[in-house]
Amino acid sequence: MPDLLIELFSEEIPARMQAKACEDLKKRITDGLVDAGLTYASAAAFATPRRLALTVEGVLAESPTVKEERKGPKVGAPDKAIEGFLRGAGITRDALEERDTPKGAVYFATLTKPGRQAADIIAEVLEDVIRNFPWPKSMRWGAGSLRWVRPLHSILCILTDEAGANVVPIDIDGIRSGNTTRGHRFMAPDAFSVTSFDDYSAKLKRAHVVLEAAERADHIWHEATNMAFAQGLEVVEDRGLLAEVAGLVEWPVVLMGSIGDDFLGLPPEVLQTSMKEHQKFFSVRNPKTGRIEKFVTVANRETADTGATVLAGNQKVLSARLSDAKFFWENDLRAVAKDGLEGMSAPLANVTFHNKLGSQAERIARITALAREIAPAVGADPEEAALAATVAKADLSSEMVYEFPELQGIMGRYYAQKAGLSDAVADACRDHYSPLGPSDDVPSDPVSVTVALADKLDTLTGFWAIDEKPTGSKDPFALRRAALGVIRLILNNDLSLNIAEDLLSFFHDRLKVFLRDQGIRHDVIDACIAMPGNDDLALLVKRATALQAFLQTEDGTNLLQGFKRANNILTQAEDKDGVEYSFGADIKFAEEDAEKALFAALDDAEPKIATAMAAQDFEAAMSALAGLRGAVDGFFEAVQVNADNDLLRRNRLNLLSQIRKSCLSVADLTRVEG
Amino acid sequence: MTSEPIQTPRSFQEIILRLQAYWAAQGCAVLQPYDMEVGAGTFHPATTLRALGSKSWAAAYVQPSRLPTDGRYGENPNRLQHYYQFQVLIKPSPPDLQELYLGSLAAIGIDMAMHDIRFVEDDWESPTLGAWGLGWEVWCDGMEVSQFTYFQQVGGHDCAPVSGELTYGLERLAMYVLGVDHVMDMPYNDPQTPIALSYGDVFRQTEQEYSRWNFDVVDTDVLLRHFEEAEAECARILAADHIDPKTGKRIVMAHPAYDQCIKASHIFNLLDARGVISVTERQAYIGRVRTLAKACADAFVLTEAGGYVPEAAE
Repeated sequence: MPDLLIELFSEEIPARMQAKACEDLKKRITDGLVDAGLTYASAAAFATPRRLALTVEGVLAESPTVKEERKGPKVGAPDKAIEGFLRGAGITRDALEERDTPKGAVYFATLTKPGRQAADIIAEVLEDVIRNFPWPKSMRWGAGSLRWVRPLHSILCILTDEAGANVVPIDIDGIRSGNTTRGHRFMAPDAFSVTSFDDYSAKLKRAHVVLEAAERADHIWHEATNMAFAQGLEVVEDRGLLAEVAGLVEWPVVLMGSIGDDFLGLPPEVLQTSMKEHQKFFSVRNPKTGRIEKFVTVANRETADTGATVLAGNQKVLSARLSDAKFFWENDLRAVAKDGLEGMSAPLANVTFHNKLGSQAERIARITALAREIAPAVGADPEEAALAATVAKADLSSEMVYEFPELQGIMGRYYAQKAGLSDAVADACRDHYSPLGPSDDVPSDPVSVTVALADKLDTLTGFWAIDEKPTGSKDPFALRRAALGVIRLILNNDLSLNIAEDLLSFFHDRLKVFLRDQGIRHDVIDACIAMPGNDDLALLVKRATALQAFLQTEDGTNLLQGFKRANNILTQAEDKDGVEYSFGADIKFAEEDAEKALFAALDDAEPKIATAMAAQDFEAAMSALAGLRGAVDGFFEAVQVNADNDLLRRNRLNLLSQIRKSCLSVADLTRVEG
Repeated sequence: MTSEPIQTPRSFQEIILRLQAYWAAQGCAVLQPYDMEVGAGTFHPATTLRALGSKSWAAAYVQPSRLPTDGRYGENPNRLQHYYQFQVLIKPSPPDLQELYLGSLAAIGIDMAMHDIRFVEDDWESPTLGAWGLGWEVWCDGMEVSQFTYFQQVGGHDCAPVSGELTYGLERLAMYVLGVDHVMDMPYNDPQTPIALSYGDVFRQTEQEYSRWNFDVVDTDVLLRHFEEAEAECARILAADHIDPKTGKRIVMAHPAYDQCIKASHIFNLLDARGVISVTERQAYIGRVRTLAKACADAFVLTEAGGYVPEAAE
């Protein structure tokens, strides 16, 4: 069976789009082949900056012949109907077959769809895939109307079997398929022909192109760590950068260079950010001092001077960049030495936070007031928390953060230290933005926690007040993230804070998402949200955790069944009788042993549950509830609630009501499924 | 890419001359700078307007560009409030534009065998011009030496055919080629010449003067008034009847209107440098300039240069 090789050769494909493009190419081509009846054994796709390639092995040489049977009109139907059927099926009358059916004799036609050559199918599928490729952004070029991520130059498309390789002919707006490609743009620019995937990848390697992104990345990482290791240093790991750099080169050549002594005093984050953002350099650290001392850059070619010119150029660009960074750093330090962080934050009075929510300075004043208020609940000193809140965003008007917005907070911490503020305040400058994502670290220092909470709560209440709530997928002010941040700050630090009423349901929604990710069932959460005290998120989570654990025990599931049964009988009776059976049952009307046992069990459990609930000890409450299980099961087994004697019936319903009350005091079990 | 070794240029002006000669040899009309203050070479009507419409075009030119906020009184090694861009626009973009571009680097003495040239994704967008395109910034040993863009839209109009645009930041590129660390130290003319002039000899004085004027002296009330006037004049020009009452000819005045758009855009840049435009106002001003740019683009495609074919009835 033949093998298929496709290569789409273009101008430089953005690194960030290459991996997805591989997947899309593979999926769309193979789906197209299979839909047309061409099965295959295996497929793999590859991307370099200038090419997308796909190999499909063991493709059927032609699609199988398909027979289709069509039912036509009845025998004896008017000629017009029969002719219509023949026209539709594309056959003549003598090809019809008469068959007896329960409804009489009917004409049948058997249509044969002959198989098609693989090449014809491939040409159609490939054209369709190229014309409809899901690039995140695509463009036109020249005078044409074809769209691709960047100008598409050539298409290699061959089918290879024992007899040799054949070009699958295809012409897309003047780009005709062939069996040739080109090597590295500078090191091997000439065209060459290929006969199979193995031939293709081997020739590419000779032409200085490593086809597989993973191989390029491995090579880069291996070389970089070896070079660093040889000098007693280590490369700072950055997978995102590694993937990006591997998508920028066809022939990676790893070079290590030094950072000028002038710049070694800059904070490591500044060095790292500047090198990564502007130059796509890896940082190389001295493990003994933690300082960033060198960098690794990846060139796309070998040179006669083994990279000396390339490295010197890169080093020069880096020096210019770091001179800028150093200039900002020194200016900022001078400003802090002169007027402190308060002075640094003065310009924030002129920076609009949101036109309905005032300036950044006004926002900071609100956060400060809130921080002072909630500090005691978090265990922080109110004055220290207020000070931290006042200066936490000062670095937003620093020159360094203006240049590198991603260093906000990190610079604030350095400047706070230089201003002589306490470690707790300095850390709060850095950590009050946390947690940003669901897996981000949550601060634990009380001052940081206080400012982090105040910041997020101010954002939430502010945007709520001006009715800028998230809708559907739109959440331009990242309010969901802020709410999740609050939830995690509260839960990780076990805080007891009450959320304002108007925000509560938003918080509950966020909490549901969060707890679901932690494996807590949504109905369990609903059962707990329905209880009083649900504005205390830590309490709510404790209740949900205990309930989920309880429901996973045998007692728990059985008691839940018992509760549901009691509740159903009771609800029906109450609906029918139009009364609520909540007077309390009287043991003197108990006839059966099982009934008496239930009275005893309830007498035992009720005070235990009440005590446990008062102490917010949900495990104890659940375990007291579990103690009812045997008695409840026994009751339903032996006792008929709807007795003929009305007095007995009402007493029993009142008894069920007691079960319901006990259960509902722990959680709203009516919301639990199962 | 030529095989003969090319000598390294010795001055800033030699690099400009070589680029002009190279692109002239590739068939471009070598134009002169536009005689108005602009923020970037793209604003030259030879790019903005000529990227529109169906007619073929090939032009290359130097454009002095002014970015008042980048003024550093001539002290910063890289930043200037007035600098030069070299601009190439070819419509439709030829299939070998990347090779042509690399040839231009070779022409100014960059040896492809010794340097690492890379095309790194960088999509271009000009909110003031209502324009965008896809392309790259071109890196030479990690330094951005050019912007390479395939125009997709200008003034809200789809570009068909598509133009290929190349923008070289001349000072930065020249500093790299000449091995100079501070822009003011760069030889402007041949250093062997009797009256050798550095870039600083030519521009230090003006950088100081304009930095002071841009940041602290320019009269913002006057600027604000000029902005409004330019905006109004642009609209007035475009509202005029297409038939000139004097000559009886059909003359759509896209270019005079576009001059007013350029003027408004530059005044906005000056106001921005003076720090009198708030974040929210900023968007509004950009939107107003864009409205002018779009109206001018609409007008240009109604001119013959813009591909308009007069109907028999007219």
